[in-house]
Amino acid sequence: MNRIRIEAPLRDEIVSQLRAGDRVLLSGPVYTARDAAHKILTDLIAKGKPLPFPIRGAVIYYTGPSPAPPGKIIGSAGPTTSYRMDTFTPMLLKAGLKATIGKGPRSDEVREAMKRYRAIYLGATGGAAALISRSIVEAEVIAFGELGTEAIRRLTVREMPLVVIDDCYGNDLYAIAREKRIQ
Amino acid sequence: MRIVDVSKIENAVRELSIETNRFLGEDIKSALEQSLDKEETETGREVIGQIIENSRIAGEEGIPICQDTGFAIVFLEIGQDVRLSGDNLKDAVNRGISRGYREGYMRKSILRDPLTNPVNTGDNTPAVIHTEIVPGETVKVTLMPKGGGAENMSRLGMLKPSDGLEGIRSFVVETVELAGANACPPVIVGVGIGGTFDYVTLLSKKALLRKIGQRNEDPGIAKLEREWLKEVNSLGIGPGGFGGRITALELFIEVFPRHIATLPVAVNIQCNAARAGTKII
Repeated sequence: MNRIRIEAPLRDEIVSQLRAGDRVLLSGPVYTARDAAHKILTDLIAKGKPLPFPIRGAVIYYTGPSPAPPGKIIGSAGPTTSYRMDTFTPMLLKAGLKATIGKGPRSDEVREAMKRYRAIYLGATGGAAALISRSIVEAEVIAFGELGTEAIRRLTVREMPLVVIDDCYGNDLYAIAREKRIQ
Repeated sequence: MRIVDVSKIENAVRELSIETNRFLGEDIKSALEQSLDKEETETGREVIGQIIENSRIAGEEGIPICQDTGFAIVFLEIGQDVRLSGDNLKDAVNRGISRGYREGYMRKSILRDPLTNPVNTGDNTPAVIHTEIVPGETVKVTLMPKGGGAENMSRLGMLKPSDGLEGIRSFVVETVELAGANACPPVIVGVGIGGTFDYVTLLSKKALLRKIGQRNEDPGIAKLEREWLKEVNSLGIGPGGFGGRITALELFIEVFPRHIATLPVAVNIQCNAARAGTKII
C-alpha cells in the first residue's frame, strides 16, 4: 500500500507536499494534549510564558490514553474528537505548531489558520486505539501530571498510520467524501 | 422465592467491565469482516482492517479496544421472585465498576462535578443504572461502556405528529450525517420512536443492545431498519469518515405507543467499538 513516510518535527517542505487523502506513516516525537491542557497552553502563550515543549514544527495528538498495564509503556491511545480543541488551535498554529492528529472535522477558523501558517490536520482511526498504541515506542508525562489522562505526554511514535484530512491548501477530505455520495 | 446476594451482581459487573472493554463482540467482528466485501474504497477497507486487527491486538496485549472506556451504563433486569440480600444494590454495582476499571487498567473518565470542578472520581463511578422488575427468579446484568464521542453525536427530536414517518426518517439520516467522522464510523444507529421525552432516549439506547442482524420482530419496523440502513450507507461518510460506503454496520429501531400530541424520536449513535455484555445470575 502506498504510504508516505514523514518525520516529526515537521518542516514546511514536507507539509507543503502533502494533500488531503494522502496516507502517511508518522515517526518521531508527538505531544498529547486534550481539552484541559489546551486551555493551559494557550494561557501560557497569552502571558508570554514558555511552553513545556518546543512548539515549532511540533505535532499534537488529541488523545487521553488508558493507563499502562504493568510492563507496558502506555495503554490504548486512539484519537478523541478534535472540534473541542478548535478554539485553542489557531493560537498554537501561529506559534509554530505544524500538525494536529485527531478525528472529525475542524472549524473554518482552524482551516484558515492551517492555510495561513502552513500546517496540516491528520486523522487517526477512531476505535483503533490498541493498534495505534503499538506504534508508540516511548511515552513520558512532561507537564500537567495532575491532569491524569489529560496530562501532556511526549510520545515517540514509529510509523503511526494516519490520513491527511486537511492540507495546507484548504482541501478537506471530509468535504470531498461528502461530495462523493454513494449512489 | 430465590435469594441472591448482591456480591454476585458486584462480581458480574466487575468481570463485564474488563471483558466488554477488551473484547469486541463476535457479531460486530463478523459484521466488520463481511463489510470488507461491500466497501469500495481502498482507505475504507484499510480502516475496517485496522479495526479488526485492533480487536485482536487488544485481546493479545490485555488493553482496551478503545482508550475511551466510557460511561458505565448498567441495565439490571431483576426477577420479581428474587430477594436481594447483603449490601445496598447501587453500592454493589458501583463497587463492581470501581474494581473492574481499576484492576483492568481502564481509563477513568468521570468528573464528579459536571459544572465547574474538574475532579475525576478516580474509579469511573458512578454508573448510570437502569433497573427493571421482570417476571422470573434470575437477575440479568448488562454492561454497556459508552464512549463520549458517539454519545455527543446523539440527538432527541420532539417532532410534530404531522411530520410522520418521513419526518422521522429524515431526522435519523440527518443525525448520522451530522455525526460524520466524530462518532467513529462505521457506527451502529439506535433509534427510539414514541413514548415520552425521557423514555424515547432509553428506547434508543436499548436498541443498541441487540446483536447485529437481529431485526425488530415487527415486519414493518424490520423493513424500515433495512431501508434506513441502506440510506445511511449512501451518505458517503464511510469507515473513519474518510469516505466510502460503510458508514453504519447496523440500524435498530425500538418503538412504543405515543401520546396523541407528540412524536418523540431519539437517535443514539454507537461507535465501532460497540461494547456490551450480559451475565445472568
